[in-house]
Amino acid sequence: MADALTTTTAHTDLEVAAATNLRHHFATPQQQFDSAMLGMWTFLITEVLFFGGMFTSYVVYRSIYPEAFASTSQYMNVALGGTNTAVLICSSLSMAMAVRSAQLSKYRAVVISLILTMIFGTTFLVIKYFEYHDKWVEGLVPGLKFDVAHYHAPQWAHQAQILFFLYFAMTGMHALHMIVGLGLLTYLLVMAVRRRFNSAYYTPVEMIGLYWHFVDIVWIFLFPLLYLIGDRG
Amino acid sequence: MATLAQIHGTPEAGEEVNYLNVEHGWKSWLFTTDHKRIAVLYIISITLMFFVGGAMAVLFRIHLLSPEGLFPPEIYNRLFSMHGIVMVFFFLVPSIPATLANFLIPIMIGAKDLAFPRINLLSWYIYIVGALFTLYAVIRGGVDTGWTFYAPYSSTYSNSYVLAAAFGIFIAGFSSILTGLNFIVTVHKMRAPGMTWSRLPLFVWSNYATGLIQVLGTPVIAITLLLLAFERIARVGIFDPNIGGDPILFQHLFWFYSHPAVYIMILPGMGVISEIVSCFSHKRVFGYNFVAFSSMAIAVLSFVVWGHHMFVTGESMYASITFSVLSMMVAVPSAIKVFNWTATMYKGSVSFDTPMLYAFGFIGLFTIGGLTGLYLATLATDIATHGTYFVVAHFHYVMVGGMVMAFMGGLHFWWPKITGRMYSEPWSKFSALLVFAGFNLTFFPQFILGYLGMPRRYATYPPEFQVLNVLSTAGASILGLGYVIPMIYFFHSLKYGPKAGPNPWEAKGLEWTTQSPPTTFNFDVTPVVMEEAYNYGPVEEIVG
Repeated sequence: MADALTTTTAHTDLEVAAATNLRHHFATPQQQFDSAMLGMWTFLITEVLFFGGMFTSYVVYRSIYPEAFASTSQYMNVALGGTNTAVLICSSLSMAMAVRSAQLSKYRAVVISLILTMIFGTTFLVIKYFEYHDKWVEGLVPGLKFDVAHYHAPQWAHQAQILFFLYFAMTGMHALHMIVGLGLLTYLLVMAVRRRFNSAYYTPVEMIGLYWHFVDIVWIFLFPLLYLIGDRG
Repeated sequence: MATLAQIHGTPEAGEEVNYLNVEHGWKSWLFTTDHKRIAVLYIISITLMFFVGGAMAVLFRIHLLSPEGLFPPEIYNRLFSMHGIVMVFFFLVPSIPATLANFLIPIMIGAKDLAFPRINLLSWYIYIVGALFTLYAVIRGGVDTGWTFYAPYSSTYSNSYVLAAAFGIFIAGFSSILTGLNFIVTVHKMRAPGMTWSRLPLFVWSNYATGLIQVLGTPVIAITLLLLAFERIARVGIFDPNIGGDPILFQHLFWFYSHPAVYIMILPGMGVISEIVSCFSHKRVFGYNFVAFSSMAIAVLSFVVWGHHMFVTGESMYASITFSVLSMMVAVPSAIKVFNWTATMYKGSVSFDTPMLYAFGFIGLFTIGGLTGLYLATLATDIATHGTYFVVAHFHYVMVGGMVMAFMGGLHFWWPKITGRMYSEPWSKFSALLVFAGFNLTFFPQFILGYLGMPRRYATYPPEFQVLNVLSTAGASILGLGYVIPMIYFFHSLKYGPKAGPNPWEAKGLEWTTQSPPTTFNFDVTPVVMEEAYNYGPVEEIVG
């Protein structure tokens, strides 16, 4: 990028450009920042529609099989799911702190907040692993290992498998997004340790922050829809 | 045109640095972030896919020459399925956005590049990976589900290479999403000073609307195909009625993308026609605001009409009535465009260069394709014509008569800008006429066949339908010739064509103010826009 800049800008402009990572095809850092943000929001809209296909399927089958869904939901582990909800909300807080610290050029605080976020994210995935493991042991994995004999209402065996299929598809896709997010956070952490982010340039922190909050919000919808619809009385 | 080229061509044009000769070697192409080079990569890729899909069409048109046919039905099923898959997902969807719009949008709005050049390159690589998966499916024996992958046939019963093809489409979808995302951000954030929304070329408007559909629709087909793959791999899922699932849900999800996708395919073509009609009438587009907003109206309406594919599938009567009415509403913005193009030509100084011939072809054929769409949106007539050749003819009139015509017209219009060279005018006119004649001979008989009740996707037909089928095959061979001839004179023009100069058509628009081919950053100085789009002078002054 440097050669493109030297031809067009004076020395002081060059320093601004270097400090803000201005790429050759943008006129100002503000334009570059706005473009990145609009791009990220647009990407998140595509994510909403991606999950939307599964939420639509959920709505359709829950409206066709309300009793079976309510009855099957009792197999979900509310304690673990609830813990994970709390963990994710905490991770959103630490992510927001990372963004704010970057905006204020507080280098140490960015690093600490990012590490906290990664710890929360990893905790979520570990708990999720134990939940999946339990489902496998209990024979509640549709298609591969569904133990109809141990399921309390054999007449709903098919419908229960649809709910479990949606459960694994939706939480699995969500977990995949978490794993991608952890990869992105690792990148942020390396950059933050090198003090690349400051009040003049914090675009990646803000963008990945948006992504992280989005993934959290998906879970905020998944938790009640999958875990809390059961009759447990 | 040759005289115009001589007037505008600069003497030292041979030494000009441009995006094509600034760097050499395969690395300079495969690692480029220049939107113009990426557009050229896309042009080469989609042209190859077009001929792959076309080859299958040739084979099954030969098969349909007689009721006995040439291939066993299983092979016929695979041929038409792969024809649809390759043509829809690997040619029509990326056709204009990834090529012409990729090349032109930054130049038209006075920017140096798209907002995300590296994402633009990534989208091409994703497209190639998706195409390789699909070609792998073709080589291994293809898919026999039809391009729609209806469950539970595709999820449970089909013995063909569904997973490879579906995965290829899944991957290519992300290429489409990234292109659309790039366009949206670019149009919002990268416009040159003075390039207000009401001064945007209509081509930019239509591709902006296309970008919205790509971004909102494509993720849904991605998740749908993923669920289909889960169901096929794990033998469990939500579309198989044997285990409580609902195959109609698959159709809803599929058409929620695939109907808007039809507008991904046609809207950019409408943008091309707006540019061509205005240039070769030397007149401002009649009712600029209406044409611009009709693109947005089509984008919005496209998301609420998918149910018209499912009138006979088991949809509730009230849903069908709603979808029928909404579908007819799409005709309004479409008709606005057709009427406004016609009004643009009225009292204009119309010249009949090759791009304009394609534009004429588009307007006529799209009108037929659109109006027959109304027949199909009408509940009572759809019951008779659903699943017949009438539907095949209808969407080929829109997709081939509309979109491919527009693509060819756009390619001929901007070829001098892309390559800096002019092609043979007599040959291009001749092949434009061949395409028009061959197209109509191919697909008009199919309207009649469908009206008479010949179902689509059948490997055979009653003997009394043979005459019309032979006509259709004869037309297809003329049409094929009409697509091969441009390949020859385009290649020829690269080396031997006369220099085009910056503005061979005396057209308005920023892309004609920069040199041909443009430099890597398009403009030496960021342009400042002082006038409306299509600000052609009074017609009398242009003549002569």
